[in-house]
Amino acid sequence: MRGKRLIPPLVLVGVWQVVCSVGLVPAFKLPSPFQVLTGLAELMTVGLPPGHLLHTHALYSLERVFFGYTAAVLTAIPLGIGMGWSRRVRYLLEPLVEIFRPIPPLAWIPIAILWFGIGTKSAAFIIFLGAFFPILLNTASGVLGIDPILVEAILTMNANRRDIILKVLVPGAIPSIITGMRIGLGLGWMTLVAAEFSGVKQGYGLGYMIMTARDIQRPDEVLAGMIVIGVTGLVIDGMLRLVEKSLIRWR
Amino acid sequence: MALSLKLSGLTKIFPGNGTMEEVRVIDPLDCHIEQGQFFSIVGPSGCGKTTLLRIIAGLEPASEGTILLNGEAVANNDNRVGLVFQEFALFPWRTTVQNIEMGLEILGVPKTERRQEALKYVREFGLTGFEDTYPRMLSGGMKQRVAIARTLVANPEVLLMDEPFGFLDSQSRMEMQNFLLEVWEKRQTTVVFVTHSVSEAIYLGDRVMVMSNRPSSIMDIFDIDIPRPRERSHPRLSKLREEVFQLCARL
Repeated sequence: MRGKRLIPPLVLVGVWQVVCSVGLVPAFKLPSPFQVLTGLAELMTVGLPPGHLLHTHALYSLERVFFGYTAAVLTAIPLGIGMGWSRRVRYLLEPLVEIFRPIPPLAWIPIAILWFGIGTKSAAFIIFLGAFFPILLNTASGVLGIDPILVEAILTMNANRRDIILKVLVPGAIPSIITGMRIGLGLGWMTLVAAEFSGVKQGYGLGYMIMTARDIQRPDEVLAGMIVIGVTGLVIDGMLRLVEKSLIRWR
Repeated sequence: MALSLKLSGLTKIFPGNGTMEEVRVIDPLDCHIEQGQFFSIVGPSGCGKTTLLRIIAGLEPASEGTILLNGEAVANNDNRVGLVFQEFALFPWRTTVQNIEMGLEILGVPKTERRQEALKYVREFGLTGFEDTYPRMLSGGMKQRVAIARTLVANPEVLLMDEPFGFLDSQSRMEMQNFLLEVWEKRQTTVVFVTHSVSEAIYLGDRVMVMSNRPSSIMDIFDIDIPRPRERSHPRLSKLREEVFQLCARL
């Protein structure tokens, strides 16, 4: 059964290779899988620009995501718990959230650059914005979904506010929190690459690498970079799913 | 026998607002419940018996009146009072043992100690083999055993039970009634037991308080002078049941 999941991607690659081999599409528009693989190897060994190797690009991108995403997790979860728990907090914050949420993180790029300059800080800020709202709203709805009787149950055990939060609200909302974290990470990762399109100071980053490949007209390396982004996203999400599995065995 | 629980002038009014009228749920109510007594409360649904229990448990404030336990006012979420809910209200993310030890955890009992204490209850309550099972996998009767153990573990002086067997089928309901009597006889805890089943109230109780429709007041209190262990077919039982029914018919 497991092996069957590999069939669709393999079919896709096969069709792609055929389309290129019979000359249906010119190579400057769509390089063949084999050419992309060669491009990937070149990115890993020679680098683009030369000397700037693929894994360093990836590490820079991951670093930006790490900072922005951590900041989003650390702020959105407590705020989401507050919004889910207290009607007053919800009432106060909802308009603000609903105004900021529809603004695409990328629309913040000019302001981010103005405030933080070009570099890690402004990229992290963009990622923060991308990841923040899904985590916030999922946490809040997770807390709202907790059966109030469970809060009463712990209240009869002489619990204080801290107990209520740590022993009922957080564990009860964990499934939603993790869903929010997965969505947030996906969005953050997507946003990052786009944020890097607009420039990075250090000369590293997967988005930056792709833009450089475009500038020197290397579609094979553009596609190779895209695949690296996709696979990295898959791996990161897989790690979060493992966390999810171990935390919500009770479901 | 020492005076255990004393309710004086207890009144509950849900205040009205623009759209809703004020609702008088409990009219001034006075009642003494002796230490170690099994005290049943019956009444038509919506008569405020659950509200009464919630007030004693500290989940809801009384509009007027006092509750004294051994001469001392019952505080909010008093440790001396424990409540068992009809809906079990087990924490779904906690196993049997973890549910039982919650109360001790809140009181700050060290981990190994509270685990040992919880395991004692697991054995006493016939839950061996289900220590690490999540509530989702337990039968109704077992869930309620866990819930009772969870409440008793903190050693309350008064055990409040709100239609605890209402969700069980008749077979496990009878089993649980006998089980509860065993537990009660062994510990001599005061039990205040709310039910809408007259037979259940009489079979279990030393005294049975019959409440009227809203606003509730005490219609009568019956002393159930049948020696224990009781036969379910005891003629006194059906005679008392007849009397209570007649009283209820006048509501």
